[in-house]
Amino acid sequence: MSNKISGSEILIRALIDQGTDIVFGYPGGQIMPVYDRLYDFTDRLHHYLARHEQGAIHAAEGFARATGKTGVVIATSGPGAMNLITGLNDALMDSTPIVAITGQVQSSLLGKDAFQESDVVSTTLPVTKWAIQVRRPEDVAPAVARAFYIANSGRPGPVVIDLAKDAQSGMAEYIYHPCTFIRSYDPDPVVPEEIIDKAVELLDKAERPLILSGHGVTIAKAEESLIALAEKGDIPVGCTMLGLSSIPTDHPLNKGMLGMHGNLGPNINTNKADVILAVGMRFDDRVTGDTSKYAPNAKIIHIDIDSSEFDKVIKSDLHIHGNAATVLGKLAAKVKKNSRKNWNDSFERHKKVEDERVKDREINPSTPDGKMLMGEVINKVSQAFNNDAILVTDVGQNQMFSVRYFGFTKPRSVISSGGLGTMGFGLPASIGAKIGVPERNVVLFIGDGGFQMTIEELGMIMEYNVGVKIVLLNNNFLGNVRQWQHLFFNSRYSATPMVNPDFKTLASAYGIAARDVTHRDELEDAIKEMVSTDKAFLLNVNIDETDMVFPMTPGGHGVDEILLNATEYYKPV
Amino acid sequence: MEIQLFTISVFTENQVSLLHQISMVFSRRCLNIESLSVSACSIPGVHKFTITCKSSREMMEHVVKQIEKRVDVLKAFLHTDDEIVFQEVALYKVPTESVLKSSEIEDIVRKSGARVLEIQPEYTVFEKTGHTVEVKDLFDRLKPLGLRQFVRSGRIAVTKAPIELVDEFLQKQEIRKQLQNGKEDF
Repeated sequence: MSNKISGSEILIRALIDQGTDIVFGYPGGQIMPVYDRLYDFTDRLHHYLARHEQGAIHAAEGFARATGKTGVVIATSGPGAMNLITGLNDALMDSTPIVAITGQVQSSLLGKDAFQESDVVSTTLPVTKWAIQVRRPEDVAPAVARAFYIANSGRPGPVVIDLAKDAQSGMAEYIYHPCTFIRSYDPDPVVPEEIIDKAVELLDKAERPLILSGHGVTIAKAEESLIALAEKGDIPVGCTMLGLSSIPTDHPLNKGMLGMHGNLGPNINTNKADVILAVGMRFDDRVTGDTSKYAPNAKIIHIDIDSSEFDKVIKSDLHIHGNAATVLGKLAAKVKKNSRKNWNDSFERHKKVEDERVKDREINPSTPDGKMLMGEVINKVSQAFNNDAILVTDVGQNQMFSVRYFGFTKPRSVISSGGLGTMGFGLPASIGAKIGVPERNVVLFIGDGGFQMTIEELGMIMEYNVGVKIVLLNNNFLGNVRQWQHLFFNSRYSATPMVNPDFKTLASAYGIAARDVTHRDELEDAIKEMVSTDKAFLLNVNIDETDMVFPMTPGGHGVDEILLNATEYYKPV
Repeated sequence: MEIQLFTISVFTENQVSLLHQISMVFSRRCLNIESLSVSACSIPGVHKFTITCKSSREMMEHVVKQIEKRVDVLKAFLHTDDEIVFQEVALYKVPTESVLKSSEIEDIVRKSGARVLEIQPEYTVFEKTGHTVEVKDLFDRLKPLGLRQFVRSGRIAVTKAPIELVDEFLQKQEIRKQLQNGKEDF
């Protein structure tokens, strides 16, 4: 009898035994027994109080993305749980390991519309990898073990443990075994050697092979194998947005970003390649454009840990179901050493055009009123951090410019809401990232729109002294929607101008150092000031609202049909 | 793209919320489930869902993969009618008075191969097993003769393969478990 402890304590001990030392959350009525026990474990389980459950889960996502560990978030029943939905969906789309623990009314009240009762499992199933309700204290430890195993194996994703109050308060013995096997779920499928050999044969024979490196490379920690394969075969690499830091920006085989606002070289050459090796990416429509015009000359080899991705968007000629690190390692060992100079050089002329026609005017502009362009700010900030900071972005123009003009030297350095495109992700995600990896610089680029969606999380920065650098690219507009209104809706700026508060004063209310940068002349000095401090800093930068992200493949167009500016398509010579 | 009727067999762990997890794959794509039948299968602890749906093969292949992706789903299979033996069961209730009035109902029932389940002074219940068209045919014939209630089941099906397909999968998992020295603690 005396061995029994409460379900709440079982939860906390299980989290600790699973290796968790940081949780994000927000208390409430139906999760109070857990928070009460947490009070006794604060030396081993550090709880970061968000100001809204959405902030808590985005912080957990930022933590998970920066560290590779599972992010843990705790919320109460009803509204607390419902406020997690956006973050859960975001984590599902971007394969982010999250364990979300929600309080639930006691089981005798379930289904009776009790105060703050929500049907959490049913509501979260479509936006999670797995969800379970626990009603008995003896089921808590096995549920936690299973949740962590599912969240951070195979293709990672969010899971929910909905903890009824009786499971929190009831008593049971604490026995914890990490879960290592589920018969209906194989997170690390064995790859037959003959499939590897087929891929090697295709790659060896290829004259114009192209590697598409996605988020899966980062998740599988496959960066070294990726680079080894690319270098041995002299194969150029194009990255998806979330795969950007899988190979350093200045690596000669890194040809840049794929997709709608990606670089000319990899997009044009996608349709020239004769073999495409796509790894840990899912041919998102922002990457492929019109699929009927995509990669017409290429045999496609698709490597993914999630077999449901094969042939979902683009039919592959060979698919390899397995872990990216394992598969790339084997491919790197087996491919022939090769030189493909002409093919690699063919990217350069596209790069030259992009540098001259797009990049130069973006990073070395001369607007007469001193208002700045996003690209120049991002480029300068990146350089001020020696291109080795973690980039966190919000969603919109700030995101597209950031991933275009920020430089990466280290893996696991881009944290952005890719699949769901969640405005309001950036601020809390940057906080979670900095908490997870305090030794690295974390820089957030965010627009004035997204900033105000989860601006309450400035409270976390204040309370926990989180040293994130916030670069507010402030054009007093919802810039990306404005860009589309300009290009496709006859410049009718419906509901996109923003009347904004004084952000510097707002930051000072939270004790956060801030500086307004109204004119280009002040930019470098302001960046210096921001870089010189370990503490949080807000740079409120006066951005020219007419600036637009280019190049751009408009929706419904082929990946090689690219606008260089509002009126002119790129015509490769 | 050719639209045809497919039968999907899904083998799952016997746990809460599986029906929701499977149905949401259909509803997300606005696919209408034509029939659904769920019960414990011959393997202890394993449940079998038999679902029919009209769509294209490409769409159904995606659906099957996304169903199988759910953690608690063991295996899902896609079948066309020529690959399976299938059956439905239907019940028909008519007033006993109508049966006695003439030999018409008796003739129809005899020819259809239906059988009598229950006879009461007020009503008689027939049972008919067969394919959808056969069940529907008997319905159409009895309707003008005073049919009071009618119900039919979803399709159930077995494959023409010599073994239960999920057995092979389960055997492989048992080997995987031993290789990994895996612990399943739930």
